[in-house]
Formats: sequence, structure tokens, C-alpha cells
Amino acid sequence: MEVESDSHIHMCWQVLSARTKKWPLADIISTVEFNYSGDLLATGDKGGRVVIFQREQENKSRPHSRGEYNVYSTFQSHEPEFDYLKSLEIEEKINKIRWLPQQNAAHFLLSTNDKTIKLWKISERDKRAEGYNLKDEDGRLRDPFRITALRVPILKPMDLMVEASPRRIFANAHTYHINSISVNSDHETYLSADDLRINLWHLEITDRSFNIVDIKPANMEELTEVITAAEFHPHQCNVFVYSSSKGTIRLCDMRSSALCDRHSKFFEEPEDPSSRSFFSEIISSISDVKFSHSGRYMMSRDYLSVKVWDLNMESRPLETHQVHEYLRSKLCSLYENDCIFDKFECCWNGSDSAIMTGSYNNFFRMFDRDTRRDVTLEASRESSKPRASLKPRKVCTGGKRKKDEISVDSLDFNKKILHTAWHPADSVIAVAATNNLYIFQGKIN
Amino acid sequence: MFTRGLKRKCVGHEEDMEGALAGLKTVSSYSLQRQSLLDMSLVKLQLCHMLVEPNLCRSVLIANTVRQIQEEMTQDGTWRSVTPQEAGRAPLDRLVSTEILCRSAWEQEGARPAPGLGDGHVQGPVSDLCPVTSAQAPRHPQSGIWELDSPREDRGGFHKSLDQIFETLETKNPGCMEELFSDVDSPYYDLDTVLTGMVGGARPGPCEGLEGLAPATPGPSSSCKSDLGELDHVVEILVET
Repeated sequence: MEVESDSHIHMCWQVLSARTKKWPLADIISTVEFNYSGDLLATGDKGGRVVIFQREQENKSRPHSRGEYNVYSTFQSHEPEFDYLKSLEIEEKINKIRWLPQQNAAHFLLSTNDKTIKLWKISERDKRAEGYNLKDEDGRLRDPFRITALRVPILKPMDLMVEASPRRIFANAHTYHINSISVNSDHETYLSADDLRINLWHLEITDRSFNIVDIKPANMEELTEVITAAEFHPHQCNVFVYSSSKGTIRLCDMRSSALCDRHSKFFEEPEDPSSRSFFSEIISSISDVKFSHSGRYMMSRDYLSVKVWDLNMESRPLETHQVHEYLRSKLCSLYENDCIFDKFECCWNGSDSAIMTGSYNNFFRMFDRDTRRDVTLEASRESSKPRASLKPRKVCTGGKRKKDEISVDSLDFNKKILHTAWHPADSVIAVAATNNLYIFQGKIN
Repeated sequence: MFTRGLKRKCVGHEEDMEGALAGLKTVSSYSLQRQSLLDMSLVKLQLCHMLVEPNLCRSVLIANTVRQIQEEMTQDGTWRSVTPQEAGRAPLDRLVSTEILCRSAWEQEGARPAPGLGDGHVQGPVSDLCPVTSAQAPRHPQSGIWELDSPREDRGGFHKSLDQIFETLETKNPGCMEELFSDVDSPYYDLDTVLTGMVGGARPGPCEGLEGLAPATPGPSSSCKSDLGELDHVVEILVET
């Protein structure tokens, strides 16, 4: 699949950061998510801020702004906190954002840091009332004794204002760090998962949640496995999956019992004994799991590959796509510099025919499941000139390096693309490269 | 640490991109690399960010790697053959407070506090149909330490130390720390000597820099630690009433 960047927008986060008093690190994007229609794109960053972009309506009078995304709303979702009992800071970094399906004019999203989930309402205001009886236009209270006549306030148009307000705060339910939130298809409940537990919430109730998975061992010394990601099935409201640091995925049915410690299905690929090393377990740890839009498949991301699973086949994945197999011989160095613990996400396109995930050196990879073709692209300022097509990149694994190829040793492991998102319907993708956001549009030649 | 291009190889693994060890496919080379990996892993476990809670997933994965290495070394019987000269290459400053830091790291993961408060002053998790999670939080205030006495001598000093690390991580009563250090057990200190390159069984590195906690003298030392112990005690009483 060819991807052009005709209408791509390069958002430079440096401009936004000037408005805050945060440290430079606060700008690192930590999550990216399209809403259900794709008209809104939310990003969360390390500084606890959420920035929402809105797609411009296609306009005949402005042909160049075909579907550009511009900033719609910015707000501070989470602040740093201090846990006095443990004498530790709680980071304000936004780990995940998930949109709720739109039910009225306002938009709702859930954003979470390590400990607290918040439901935000984003609403537009383009009118304001004038002519109050009890207060002046500038808000000062009028002396009641001076009011001699009553009038009806009039609604007048005003410049569009987008307001974000926290509607619910779901706190104090997680001892460990929240890694996932997932809205249920019933649109009333959602789950939140930390390293050892998964809780079920009702969107209206903040002082109570139900624990549905608990893998904390009686004796913490016996802890060898943690939960790494969890997601609800897109259509079956009683089904969810969670992945582990040992490379397993468990599918659970909430109808079977209140505590879903026993899985209904267990997905694990048998290990290849010939490639076993001390790093085998670490690279098998699943960093992300996503259901396909159809609900028939799911995808898991481990350190070196992406696997597509058929929910009806637990014994092995349907497809395995190598993301950067050339790193297999570098695992020791990657262990030393901690890169081996990087958690890459993955995403499906709207029709489930393609999947995308990030890599190093600002590279990201796309796999077309139908044609079996894959492509490596780069998200960087140099390669993203306006109206230029992204050139496919290639990593040279050995021998003679061809022109335009990059050798493995030249890869910049500080430039990692962990978060990507795909528009639910169109060929539009969002790629977060550290503190830059790139939005690309795909065109068929 | 690793020189550029030095990679860990399985025995018999053929690929070597840098060619640095192309000719050295001997077992001792593998042992050296394995030992380096072990050292690196232990340092990673110890160097935890003290301001923010460390990543539990990462800690678990590293700990599992350490266990794997230790198991293999035990099977090989190579553990016993490690001598200070051969394996002691880590500089002293690399080995920061072992049990203290690891303990803090795992404690912050919520292993330590008492039930009710143990799950982070939880008011959330409730299930009508299954026991409240917070109440389930088991407490092993002393068992971790008593397990030190269980017969494990045959599995090598390293294994014992690793267990000490893990058990201490779970320990809620800081008083146990002093007992840990008072357990002047030669295999443990041999490991320490080995890893820090200090010959002669001098006082172990871990305690360096930790105010008030003298390794050789058991009993309450650091006021900070005893304060935590009292807090723990108070919390236990509060919760149990």
C-alpha cells in the first residue's frame, strides 16, 4: 500500500510547550487515539495534558485544507500527585485515552495515568446569554434595590469555545500501575487493568468497582508474571482478553464467574527451542493486544513481531509479521540500554486488512494482510516535506549496504515510535514520534 | 559493561556480526558472558528510581532472567567454581544497596502495606460475589525471614542471596533488615565479595552509604527504618481492629 503525505500535517509540539510551565519532557506523547468517527484525534503526553485535534470539513473554498487536523481543545487532565503512604510520586503521564461513543453534541473520553481514571466531557459553546437581571455584563452583581425592571436574557452568538470538564473521577482502585482501559460495547461499563488486577467499572459510579481478574500471588516472592494489556471484545460485552509478560493471552467470559481468574481460552504460541536464549521470555512479553474491528481476530505485539490470532484457534497465531527481526542478534545490547522493555502498540485499519506498528529510528511498519506486502516508513521532519510521498525505508542487515539503506548499527534507538493510530474508516494514520505528531493520508496510485 | 558489539551467545549459536568473539566459541566464553549478564541484571534490579514507583513488569522480567541464569549455573555446577578473581569485575560503586533498594522497589509495588491500606487505601475494588481483594492481601511479616533458615545450602550461595533479595522485597517489617544483615552467613558474603571484587570478606558493599545501618551490627540502627517499622506496626493495629 502506497502512502502519500499530500495532506499530511506535521504538528510541532515545541510551539505548544511554550504555553506551559512544564519541563521539556512533558511534551513526549504517550498515547494517541481516534474517536469512533475519526473526526477527532486525542493525544496524551507525559505532562498530563490532553490535546484534541479535529478534522476540518472539506471545503471547496479552501481546497488545500482537505481534511486537515487542527487543534480543537487542550486541557490538563492529570496533575502529579504524591502518595504519602509510600513516599512516592505518582506520575501525571497519560497512559491511555479511550473515547466513548458519541451520544449527543458533547464528546466524552476516558483518560488515565498510573492510578486514576477520569471521564472528560468536551463540549462546544458558541452562544452566550446577555441581559441578566442580577448581574452586569462583566459579572458584577447588581444592587437588587436598583433593579426597576425585569428583562429576559437573550442568547447571542460568540466565538466558538471548546470546554473540557471532568465529569467523573475513578480513583483509589489500583495498587499497581494502570496499563489499559477499555470501553465495553454496552457503552455503560469499562475495564481498567494494572499489573496484577483488572477492575470493572460503571461509567456512572465512581466509588465502587468490581475486581474481575486478580493474578497477585499469595506470596509476592512467587510473582513471575504480570498483566500487560487488556481489552473488551468489540461486540460481545461479556468477553475480554488480557495479555501477560510471558507471552500469553487469556480470553475471559464474565458470564462464567464473578472472578475471571479462570480463562475461557488460552492463546500461546509454543516456543521455538532452537531460538531459545536468556532473552526469550522478555521478547515474548506482549506489549499490546487489540481486537479486530470485526471481532473475529485479535492482534498481539511482542518485542520483535506482531501476531494475528483467530479467536477460534488457541494453539498458534494465524499470522506472524516480523517487525525488526534484525534486532534479534542485538538483544543483549538492547537489554543493557533497556530498550528491550519498550512497549510498542499496534493497530488495525478500518477494514482489518492492514496492521501498523512502530519501531526504532522513527520507523513504523505497515503490513497488508491481503497482499502479504509490508512497508517501512519514517516519521521525521526530513522525510516529511509537504506534499511529498513518504519513501519506503530499508534496514540493511548485513553485507553490502545499498544506497538509501540504513545499517542496523546506525539506527537511533532513542527515536522510537511506540504509539500509532489508524482512522476507523479512512486511510489516515497518526504517528507519535517522541514529542512530534505526524498525520499521514494514504492514496492509491 | 559490555563493549560495543559484545553479544551474549547461546552455546553453539553461530551468528556473530561484529566478529569480536568469532574464534572464541568455548564454554568459558559463554560463562563469562553469562556472568556479565547476571551482573548486569542484578544491577538493573537494584537501581530503582526512588522518586517514582519502578516498573513492575520490567522488574519481574529481569528477576525471571536472573532466576534462569541461576538455575542454569546451578545445573552446570559452575556456580561453585566461580572465584573472586575470575568473576569479580564489577566495580564497587556499581553495586548499590542491594536489599534496601530492591526491597523499596518491590515494597512500593504494594507488597508491603497491611490489608485494607495495603492495596493503596482502596475504597474501590469490591465484589459482592467474591472476597474483597484488599482483605485477601496476605501478610508475611516474619515468614520471609524465617524462610532464610530453611535448608537451601546445597543450592549455592547465590541462590540463597537471590531468595534473600526476593524475600526481603516482600518483608513488611524493616526490623527484618537488620536480621538479614546479622545473618552472617559465609555464602552470602562470598557472593558479595565476588560481585564487588573485594577479596577477604570485608564488609559487604550494600550497606555503604546507608546511614546508620552497620552491616555487622544487628538490631535497630537507622532511625528512618525504625520509624517505618513503627508506622507499620501502627497500621497493622489500626487495620485489624
